[in-house]
Amino acid sequence: MADTTLGASAPARGVTSPGRLRRRYSMLTRRDKIVLGVMVAIPTLIEMVLIWIPTVLSVILSFVRWNGLALSDIRANGVANYTYVFRDYPDFWPALQHNVLWLVFLAVIATPIGLLLAILLDQNIRGTRIYQSIFFAPVMLSLVLIGVIWQLFYSQNNGLLNFLLGTSGTPQAIDWFGNSNVNIWAALVAATWRHAGYVMILYLAGLKGVDPSLREAASLDGANAMQTFFRVVFPVMRPINIVIVVITIIESLRAFDIVYIINRGTNGLELISVLVIKFLVGEGQVIGVGSALAVILLVVSLVPIVAYLSRTFKKDA
Amino acid sequence: MSEVTTRKPPAPARSGPPASGSATRSKPGSITRPRYGIHLFLIIMSIMWLIPTGWALFTALRPKADTDKYGYFNFSGSFNFDNFVTAWNQGGFATLFTNSAILVVPTVLLTLLFASMMAFAVSRFTWKFNITLLIMFTAGNLLPPQVLAAPLFEMFKHFELPYSISDSGNLLNTYFAVIAVNTAFQIGFCTFVLSNYMKALPPDLTEAAFVDGAGIWRQYWSIIMPLTRPALAALGTLEVIFIYNDYFWPLLFIQSADKLPVTTGLNNLQGQFLSNYNLLAAGAIITVIPTLIIYLALQRQFVAGLTLGASKG
Repeated sequence: MADTTLGASAPARGVTSPGRLRRRYSMLTRRDKIVLGVMVAIPTLIEMVLIWIPTVLSVILSFVRWNGLALSDIRANGVANYTYVFRDYPDFWPALQHNVLWLVFLAVIATPIGLLLAILLDQNIRGTRIYQSIFFAPVMLSLVLIGVIWQLFYSQNNGLLNFLLGTSGTPQAIDWFGNSNVNIWAALVAATWRHAGYVMILYLAGLKGVDPSLREAASLDGANAMQTFFRVVFPVMRPINIVIVVITIIESLRAFDIVYIINRGTNGLELISVLVIKFLVGEGQVIGVGSALAVILLVVSLVPIVAYLSRTFKKDA
Repeated sequence: MSEVTTRKPPAPARSGPPASGSATRSKPGSITRPRYGIHLFLIIMSIMWLIPTGWALFTALRPKADTDKYGYFNFSGSFNFDNFVTAWNQGGFATLFTNSAILVVPTVLLTLLFASMMAFAVSRFTWKFNITLLIMFTAGNLLPPQVLAAPLFEMFKHFELPYSISDSGNLLNTYFAVIAVNTAFQIGFCTFVLSNYMKALPPDLTEAAFVDGAGIWRQYWSIIMPLTRPALAALGTLEVIFIYNDYFWPLLFIQSADKLPVTTGLNNLQGQFLSNYNLLAAGAIITVIPTLIIYLALQRQFVAGLTLGASKG
């Protein structure tokens, strides 16, 4: 799974009028129309067949009963899969809570850390480049590898953390990834290690885009650094703020890799995304229930996606 | 687009409220006073940031016999690269890296090709469904992959192929499945970024070519694509890392262990080296090597890719 990346729609640079900027389709020759048609058709077809048709199929499959074998075994099942998930499936509500916790932790801890680092590094301090490289490094690592690296750090008897706490080798030594009371927090700390660096990079770019004269004006008006930032700079960075809000929400819905490498997303690390896969690859495949979970994940994801896209494309439409 | 390390000129220093050394209070842009508080904070954060990787490296460099004898947190004993050699051979890293390359190279090339074609069409021509298509592409990129897992798995499973092409008799356990789905997922984001980039290129460029009778393909390939090179380089770097780091799709589609790429192969490595943390650490460090090369050589491209859409305007 790749990362969530977003762009804020930017006004086209330059001063060309829209009419001149883009050519009318009708001016083209027949041959050019065919070439252009193919250039659009291939990516669109890929997107349709591999993204949107499967999305629709997911919705359809959530209303059937199927073991994933012969297509002729598919039976309509009404909303029974959803009833089962909401009422009887014991892992669903804990998993949902974990997803919410994931979102809150990233939003309240990881994102502000990234913002703070960006603000500090945006000042003219010595060695900013070295600091940036250090905080940025985990962004390039996969969450799977981050899981392995932190496992070495968290290990009950061989890990550095328990050694530093002085509990290593004693019965009080905590198995940070194994103990279901703490492992979600341990995983969140590891996820923060990466998310904060990502947020930092985006905000550094955003801060550089802020017109310096705004700060000067604020400081001439007697605003201190704190006021300048929260009243002037932060509001101006609104496009970046929105991108970061959406990235944070989507990342917390997509969280999968790190808990799956730790313990396949069990014993305190259940997430909706993991439950979907559990019904798909488990012993008795229950495609219907897995798809119902997938649709729940889809519906929740569509909220930030639609909000972001409607804002981004509103002025273009 | 953005070069993170450049600085804007410092604002003229002016006497402000006395700063306590805390970060947010010091005046932006003033370099007259060293800010020990900020440095102290950043150094502590840096150390915290470096500890996990540093610990993995430290563990990887120590022989298992020494850690057994002296304990894991101990500087006694020798330091060498033996664990790396052992992990490389036992972990089958030669195969894992080959498999990763087989997945990464076509995916990135196909993604950039298709995304640039699409971006060219929607950014250089007025088209009734421009926005609809762009929204469809961008939204597709943002969906959680697990939403599509069951239908894609079943579609590929029921897509029968002769056994001479696929040992599973269908599209499962083939690289094609992973490449196709990753490409589909990444086209969305790349199209969005590239179309913004191409929109900003002056229209006269293709107007002139158009008047000269250059066809659409030549306008795309010989005029627009060379000018889009900075964006393609940045996106290419970003996508190499993304696809190399992809864990989920090979996990879902590839069943044979000898076909797995590095990132998904970590699953097996973790089980294999569970009793030997030194080897596990060495294996983890080995998987970082390609990332490290890009980090050292192309970090600016990577950062540019991440901030390409977000920093404009």
